[in-house]
Amino acid sequence: MADALTFHYEVDGGNFTSAGQASVQVKKNLRQLGFDPETIRRVSIAMYEGEINMVIHAGGGVADVTVEDGCIRIVLTDHGPGIADIDKAMEEGFSTARDNIRSLGFGAGMGLPNMKRYTDEMQIDSAVGVGTTITMKVNY
Amino acid sequence: MTINEIKTLLDAQMLCGDDPDCEIQSACGSDMMSDVLAYVKHQAVLLTGLVNPQVIRTAEMMDMRCIVFVRSKQPSPAMVELACESGIAVLATSKRMYEACGILYANGLKGNGELDG
Ligand SMILES: Nc1ncnc2c1ncn2[C@@H]1O[C@H](COP(=O)(O)OP(=O)(O)OP(=O)(O)O)[C@@H](O)[C@H]1O
Ligand SMILES: [Mg+2]
Repeated sequence: MADALTFHYEVDGGNFTSAGQASVQVKKNLRQLGFDPETIRRVSIAMYEGEINMVIHAGGGVADVTVEDGCIRIVLTDHGPGIADIDKAMEEGFSTARDNIRSLGFGAGMGLPNMKRYTDEMQIDSAVGVGTTITMKVNY
Repeated sequence: MTINEIKTLLDAQMLCGDDPDCEIQSACGSDMMSDVLAYVKHQAVLLTGLVNPQVIRTAEMMDMRCIVFVRSKQPSPAMVELACESGIAVLATSKRMYEACGILYANGLKGNGELDG
């Protein structure tokens, strides 16, 4: 098979205004590649949630999206504070976001469970003080 | 209901939108983008009092067709441009959230609960 198609993005952690740009771009790319709308929607929502998390919780990071045979893989890597209790973070409604984040429309504790719901596989590797890597797969 | 009809019913200003005859089946109203991303299914209109670029990007991720800013909130030109690029119509009304949602609902625009899926 030909080399897998990969998109790489730097996600700026100091800029809430630009947060989500990488996800918007991925959505455009997948449209151009002719993916069906439901697959695009699942990838977009999951990646956008993860991208926003990197900006509001981790000071930014990098996103890599790979189109593979049969699936789209999204890898989000940051060097933020890490997640101490992953099971807790996965609970609906659990959030450490402060009021200033809530006034921006985020911080309901719904992002990680939503990412899990919209993807076929999701893995969180995180170490406190080191960072977090989230790998998601959407089959098509 | 079309986007143009929504504009008339809410006495709204159309800040961008090149398809005013686009048919809309259902809508949702929220100031929390977290909730929109988690609970909204196929609603094509978002009514909100929150103004920042994430509103536009959230709507785009959800494949929405139209955003209505309530309570006379004015999006910045950069936000309107972002919406335009994504083919999302932007309306602004002086009506409050409750009133704006009520008017659309009373005129037949459904929420998610009443649609299949
Ligand atoms: N990349 C990350 N780095 C550090 N902590 C994270 C990261 N992503 C998530 N978390 C932690 O997990 C919690 C739950 O994340 P989740 O996305 O579910 O909710 P939220 O971001 O707080 O709110 P919402 O996603 O509804 O806007 C966060 O509040 C935060 O404490
Ligand atoms: Mg989140």
